[in-house]
Amino acid sequence: MAAVLETQGLCAFYGATQVLHGVDLAVEAGGITALLGANGAGKTTLLRALSAMVRREGLIRFEGNALKAREAEDVARLGIAHVPDGRGTFLDLTVEQNLHLGAYTRRDRSAVASELERAFAYFPRLKERRSQQAGTLSGGEQQMLAISRALMLGPKLLMLDEPSFGLAPLVVKDIFNILRAINEEEGVSMLIVEQNANLALNLAGYAYLLETGSVVISGPSSAVRADESVRRVYLGY
Amino acid sequence: MSEARATGSPAGVANSQSRGLRLGAIVLAFLVVVALPFLASGYHTSQFSQVVIYAIALLGLNLLTGYNGQISLGHGAFFAIGGYATAILTVKLGIGYVPAVVIGGFLCFGAGFAFGLPALRLGGLYLALATFALALATPQLLKFKAFDAWTGGVQGLVLQKPGAPLHLPLTRDQWVYFLCVFSAALLFWAARNLIHSRIGRALIAIRDHPIAAETMGVDAALYKTTTFGVSAAYTGIAGGLSSLVIGFVSPDSFDLFLSLSLVVGIVVGGLASIWGVIIGALFIEFMPNYADSISDVLGENAKALPWAIYGVLLILLMYVAPTGAAGTARILIGAIQRRRGRSTNVALDRKAASGDQTQ
Amino acid sequence: MIGLTHQILSGLAIGSIYACVALAVVMIYQATHLVNFAQGEMAMFSTYIAWALIQAGAPYWAAFFLTLVFSFAMGMAIERWLIRRFERAPVLAVVIVFIGMLVIINSLAGFLFSYTIKSFESPFPEKFALGNGFMSPHELGSIGVTFAVLGLVYAFFRFTPLGLAMRAAAQNPVSARLVGIRVGHMLAIGWGLAAAIGAVAGMMAAPIVYLDPNMMGGILLYGFAAALLGGIDNPWGAALGGFIVGVLENIAGAYLVGEEIKLSVALAIIVGVLVAKPSGLFGRVLVTRV
Repeated sequence: MAAVLETQGLCAFYGATQVLHGVDLAVEAGGITALLGANGAGKTTLLRALSAMVRREGLIRFEGNALKAREAEDVARLGIAHVPDGRGTFLDLTVEQNLHLGAYTRRDRSAVASELERAFAYFPRLKERRSQQAGTLSGGEQQMLAISRALMLGPKLLMLDEPSFGLAPLVVKDIFNILRAINEEEGVSMLIVEQNANLALNLAGYAYLLETGSVVISGPSSAVRADESVRRVYLGY
Repeated sequence: MSEARATGSPAGVANSQSRGLRLGAIVLAFLVVVALPFLASGYHTSQFSQVVIYAIALLGLNLLTGYNGQISLGHGAFFAIGGYATAILTVKLGIGYVPAVVIGGFLCFGAGFAFGLPALRLGGLYLALATFALALATPQLLKFKAFDAWTGGVQGLVLQKPGAPLHLPLTRDQWVYFLCVFSAALLFWAARNLIHSRIGRALIAIRDHPIAAETMGVDAALYKTTTFGVSAAYTGIAGGLSSLVIGFVSPDSFDLFLSLSLVVGIVVGGLASIWGVIIGALFIEFMPNYADSISDVLGENAKALPWAIYGVLLILLMYVAPTGAAGTARILIGAIQRRRGRSTNVALDRKAASGDQTQ
Repeated sequence: MIGLTHQILSGLAIGSIYACVALAVVMIYQATHLVNFAQGEMAMFSTYIAWALIQAGAPYWAAFFLTLVFSFAMGMAIERWLIRRFERAPVLAVVIVFIGMLVIINSLAGFLFSYTIKSFESPFPEKFALGNGFMSPHELGSIGVTFAVLGLVYAFFRFTPLGLAMRAAAQNPVSARLVGIRVGHMLAIGWGLAAAIGAVAGMMAAPIVYLDPNMMGGILLYGFAAALLGGIDNPWGAALGGFIVGVLENIAGAYLVGEEIKLSVALAIIVGVLVAKPSGLFGRVLVTRV
């Protein structure tokens, strides 16, 4: 498969502690890739390493070119949008201001305007609350806002860290359906970190399972889902 | 966790050798200190008295900032209270100079404790702000017209330098010098015991891990306030002695820059170091003179130079050697000892070398 | 009654200067959680630059705006080359760095411009007295300039994309980076702005307190008091605090404690606010995360 992003021997460190041990990963261009694993497996760290938020070593290739960006803002400017765990919305600013900030680095004003309308089309609730302070939104709405803000970047790759966290099942279903729609209609490649393996495997075409900083299983979702150990430990049956 | 290292000499001999060296150093230092006033002129003796005085003041500030982690940019205020208290008590009330200095110390303890009470709730930055305000407001407060009768207003007060008792063959400068040295010895001994006691460990715990300390039952509030009081008392005693050495007190000599000098002193000497304060004191007493002599070429605006140097040093030290002279000395000694194979605790040395202040 | 009105109006005038200083202090605090102890000295140095330009023959307002540009550059440079190196240093170390900066700038000014007191002309000469006997032209002018500055800064942060990006960077630097905002640049610009605003305060103050390296000490103290009173994380509260503090100072000086120890009023306000309500009148309640 053509990979929009791939890593070779990616290692990540918090200070002197090594958290990722030589991860090889590829995100299919135009597809959705899931990253599974329990708490502390290193999933969030992996996204942070890709966004240059933690010290990392190893090779990362984005769209075929070596990713040399040293700061998170440079990674973003290359077209990799990262929705962090905890959503990271600007709580004191309005919904609309949050969205405009998502497009901060873009020069094409008219494209940004239509981008905004498209975000509201995917998430009508955001349109209702466009002048409201982001901090007053519900958890689900904040997640929608975080995703929309990331999309305003016009990214080639969208990385999401535990989008289902702390949300009611119906809301999660909603959001995941919209993510699928965005992927199919806009062709945005996605890398989704999820603890909820079932949800992730339903959405993604390809999956990786991370355990204590190393990849233990990888393959098409159907294969991963069928794997004995995955079934028992992560899917509960 | 100690790595076994092949050494030439067994540990026992090594220890007694270093003990012998240390004893020799102390004896030498003692001799130098005692002989000084007889070898130097009256003016120079006064300068060394000031060094001792600054050392006491710096010790006070270090207890607060270095060991207990509370920033004070306003300790000059306590120096002033001590100085003025001594002056007023001796000149206006006829009290002897020794009791006057001691009373000044107690007054400062009270003032420090009182200032420390609200200081408790403030984190480092806000305490720095409040003490900064104190430093700036001090000269004005000392010039307050309502107190003029006591403080002597803008002119200040003139004191008599005490003479040696019992007709000892000492000049006034020499006598005051020995007074300062004796007081310093007492206060250093007390401080050293404090630091190495349970109280001292509690102070350090509060500095480094305040929440953990509280959960261990350390009454942080009481410790911090008391430390502020003790720290103020030390500085106040130094101020009192200083007024005896100089012979007068005036409001403008206790300005912001006095407080900042004290900060420079503990930074240069080393935060959380008892012996470092001596280096710091030597520095803040002699550096301005030295700067003066080499800056004659700069003309009348040369008085700017010492402070420019202070400023650059402050920044450089924070960047390069946050543990100051004492910390650097510790690192060097550690390095020398390791080379000679005496130290087997490599982990500790590495921690010291990286300036890890949590150990 | 006339005396009280005069005190209040005069207090508003000096308060406008405090408001500028407070705004500068809060801007830096919001972005970095640090108090710029050297704010006063930076303003003083900028004022000397203005003085030097005027001495060299420049017309007042040209010197004024050139000084703003200079101050902006100085602020940016200090952030970029000095403060940024201490990004991860403990609070005590950073405070000491600020003090170092304070004394360096103070002595630099003394060295370059000497310690003799100089006079600094007000750009609002007597003939502009608007028949308002209660305020001198300079007092009225200071208030006017301050409102202009406050208005411009407000508009900048409220209506421009860069202003929005700066607010975002101050509130949540991590998220700001993730949308591509260069947080480092934002900090530098913030420092530049704060320095420029401080310069305005200095230039408005100099005709009143005369130009000398130690001119800003008391004013900085009042600026701190104002910032704390208004809420150290609320720029508009801080500006309002400036006016309040100016009036309080005048009234206290005239009727309570006497003219000579007015600085103790600032000290009292600072300690009082920190003890009674650390978040100030309009700030957010400070929460210590355990």
